[in-house]
Amino acid sequence: MDLLFTEAVQFFSEQHYGPAAGAALQAVGVRVGRQLAERYSRDKPRLGDTLEVIKFICKDFWLAVFKKQVDNLKTNHRGIYMLQDNNFRWLLRVAPAAAPTDGSSPSEQLAAAAAPYLELPCGIIRGALTHLGLNCTVEGDARSLPSCSFTIKIVS
Amino acid sequence: MPPGPRPVPQLEQINAEIFTLTYGSIVRQLIADFEDLDEVNKQLEKMGYNIGVRLVDEFLAKSKQGRCSSFREAAEVVARQALPMFLNVSAAVTNWSADGTECSLVLTDNPLADFVELPDEYRSLRYSNLLPGVIRGGLEMVNMEVDCRFVQDMLKGADCYELRLRLKEHKDEQYPFKDDD
Repeated sequence: MDLLFTEAVQFFSEQHYGPAAGAALQAVGVRVGRQLAERYSRDKPRLGDTLEVIKFICKDFWLAVFKKQVDNLKTNHRGIYMLQDNNFRWLLRVAPAAAPTDGSSPSEQLAAAAAPYLELPCGIIRGALTHLGLNCTVEGDARSLPSCSFTIKIVS
Repeated sequence: MPPGPRPVPQLEQINAEIFTLTYGSIVRQLIADFEDLDEVNKQLEKMGYNIGVRLVDEFLAKSKQGRCSSFREAAEVVARQALPMFLNVSAAVTNWSADGTECSLVLTDNPLADFVELPDEYRSLRYSNLLPGVIRGGLEMVNMEVDCRFVQDMLKGADCYELRLRLKEHKDEQYPFKDDD
């Protein structure tokens, strides 16, 4: 089932036409994230401040979605949070397509290859956060697979 | 060996809700992008086909399934092993045509369509059209060209999901190379 899921994500990003692919994937993710946040936060007491919401995402939400918790959470206390997952499930099987030809290092190339696959999880996180009352932008970074990090910027 | 109730190999499990919701979201996105339900059906089927082409590898590796001698046997394997393995539902194979080239897979439960209600204006959307594509792609990789489509859908008020499977051509194995080269 895991595989089927990965494949679905992959093919959507591959089949999608042109530059709108990223936006479309994000939109899909946002919708899923909203619905999931609704389901998982149902039995929770009210989440007071931003940090509590972020913690909820790191623990319960991550556990439900990826069967593990976020490994590392960093913040600058000014609205930027960085979640790091050292073994991100949806990227475990990403491999570089071929040997680098344009002189870029293999890891750079791998990161570029993984970027489209991060759109969907980014969308999911953004959707969940928005639904819990935090406007934000989310950016994914997969520089050293299979670990990857998501940077959340709170927009007030 | 008859394709009997062999134990279904354990795969990594994922959260079914996420799977369902993501699929639903993808379908919605496709509807918004194409604004044409026939095109959406076609795209879903195509995505399914591409998935099937790859998924069959996974299936053969994990299930240790031997060669299927007939279309009949292959259909049984799809219903009894492939579907339980990947979707955690099993299907019944019924309604064989007289010459043995057509049959129906009947599912009573479809995880793709949990939580789904089909509004009236989308009656012509075949929501789970990914599934026939997967089956077509998978069977094509084992040299059977089939035609697969939904004939009954619970979302449209039927009491089960029925997939009609028709064998178009059973290809012989072709070698792209010559032995004496």
